[in-house]
Amino acid sequence: MSLLNATQVEGGYGGMNILKGVDMAIDKEDIGVIVGPNGAGKSTMLKAIFGLVEVNGGDILLRDKSIKNSAPNKLVELGMGFIPQEKNIFPSMTVEENLEMGAYIKPHTTKTMLERIYSFFPPLLEKRKQPAGELSGGQRQMVAMGRALMTEPTLLLLDEPTAGLSPLYMQEIFDRIVEINKAGVGILMVEQNAKQALEIATKGFVLASGQNLYTDTGQNLLNDPEVAKSFLGG
Amino acid sequence: MNELVFFINNVVISGAVSGSIYAIGAIGVTLVFSIMRFAHFAHADMMTFGALMVFMFTALFPGAGAALGIPTPLLMLPIAMVITAFLAIGIDKTFYKPLREHGVKPIVIVIASLGVTLMLQGLIRLFAGTSSRSMYIEERKEIFRIDMPFDLATRPIVITEPQITLIIFTILAVIGLHLFLNRTRMGKAMRAMSDNPDLARVSGINTNKVVVVTWILAGSLAAMAGTFLSMDVSLTPDMSFFLLLPIFAAAIVGGVGHPYGAIAGGFLVGYAETLSVFNWSILLRRVHHWFPEWMEIPRDLALVGSEYKIVVPFFILVAVLVWRPTGIFKGKVI
Ligand SMILES: Nc1ncnc2c1ncn2[C@@H]1O[C@H](COP(=O)(O)OP(=O)(O)OP(=O)(O)O)[C@@H](O)[C@H]1O
Ligand SMILES: [Mg+2]
Repeated sequence: MSLLNATQVEGGYGGMNILKGVDMAIDKEDIGVIVGPNGAGKSTMLKAIFGLVEVNGGDILLRDKSIKNSAPNKLVELGMGFIPQEKNIFPSMTVEENLEMGAYIKPHTTKTMLERIYSFFPPLLEKRKQPAGELSGGQRQMVAMGRALMTEPTLLLLDEPTAGLSPLYMQEIFDRIVEINKAGVGILMVEQNAKQALEIATKGFVLASGQNLYTDTGQNLLNDPEVAKSFLGG
Repeated sequence: MNELVFFINNVVISGAVSGSIYAIGAIGVTLVFSIMRFAHFAHADMMTFGALMVFMFTALFPGAGAALGIPTPLLMLPIAMVITAFLAIGIDKTFYKPLREHGVKPIVIVIASLGVTLMLQGLIRLFAGTSSRSMYIEERKEIFRIDMPFDLATRPIVITEPQITLIIFTILAVIGLHLFLNRTRMGKAMRAMSDNPDLARVSGINTNKVVVVTWILAGSLAAMAGTFLSMDVSLTPDMSFFLLLPIFAAAIVGGVGHPYGAIAGGFLVGYAETLSVFNWSILLRRVHHWFPEWMEIPRDLALVGSEYKIVVPFFILVAVLVWRPTGIFKGKVI
């Protein structure tokens, strides 16, 4: 039984299909990385899984139960978390309020989870009373990840968690993702820093024009000269 | 000293009264905007509707308040607030929600709210006719005259019971709103949805519930503002016509989608209106000797005649937006 199993997913915006039959399966111990050119439909795929884009073909199963076109708040209750590519914080709310909103469906766990998030992302502790919109890009990314972790999800979807971060910060975020995964959270993420991301990936998906081009282990994709040439910048 | 008393009566108290009414109305407009991103034009008619409910219940049980020692309209206010909240939810479910779910542009919902305005006005006239009525049916409006402890002040400060209650209720509503938005889970969810609706959904917040709570707040606050205005003056079925512009001006001037801005905007517009129709000649007469002999002080020295009061909010709106395009508090850009 896969944690997440998406088969032949078709979907898009306003009746136009961006995704033209995409397959993707993730287990609990996996870090799945989606790479591909801009506009390939990577973000659209994550949104389709999370009920933010209408799916009008194929199926999406979470632990063998269909979650196709489920409302996002239902998916959060089923143990899924999503960190969007942009606008992934509440800018006028404080860091702590951002995290509290993450635990909206589990208010009684807020306190213990806050402590855990602060020990996981120490820089957030001293900034906790500051509006999240006033933080640096890296700190915002921590807020966004922290918010999604507040419900202790079993499957985390991340859309370009390292976009715009310095190489040092990027490595830091990847290390954190590996740590989260080791704690028993299945990961599916989109990444533009494809090489570094595939290093930590157990599964890699190359997407182009809304279709699977390659699906293999992260290492195999890195070693595939075709993939390297077309999608990893040589 | 009588001039000072005159100023307090006609500006300080008057401005606080209209400022409170505008502020409470503007809070509703701004909350609806911050959650649903459209300008709800039927808001002023929800105010009239709430006042009409109070009037009808007062007419049904005119002696109810006397038994408890409070004015009957005040006793009926909570009932009217609940009914108006339900009306607001009902209007949303029937007219706005289907449009929202269709993903229409905000302007379409604005036009729908204009339709609701006309409908509500028709409904109100059907029941209340067109003439104005006093909210005090079997009672008298209590008027307090506070004598000043100065020999020179021979006139008292005059304030009515509904005015005092209005100011107290406004303060309570503002404190309550502040605590609600900053301390409660639902209040924070409202702020979250106003900040980033997609992320609110992704966080598991039930956005439909937030919408319902928003209408409860907007509807009940509208009923409160409408009732106090009617208690202060009288219930006029077409009062929404004179309320719409100041309330929207207050919300926009304060920074759209910003509740504290709506409060500041409400008082700014309220005081600006009052000051502009205030007859300054009474104060100037006092300092007549500062002016050259030949200069006569006209009897009527208001900035605008009271029949043109309605242009003041518009002027404030333009003046503030030129200075700060997003309002006093930084509001959402429309
Ligand atoms: N909200 C939207 N409405 C309509 N079309 C959209 C919307 N969002 C994305 N698209 C279209 O869907 C296609 C895929 O976009 P998507 O965001 O999934 O790409 P992506 O692979 O994530 O690209 P990037 O690497 O630039 O983030 C694009 O052609 C885009 O124009
Ligand atoms: Mg993308």
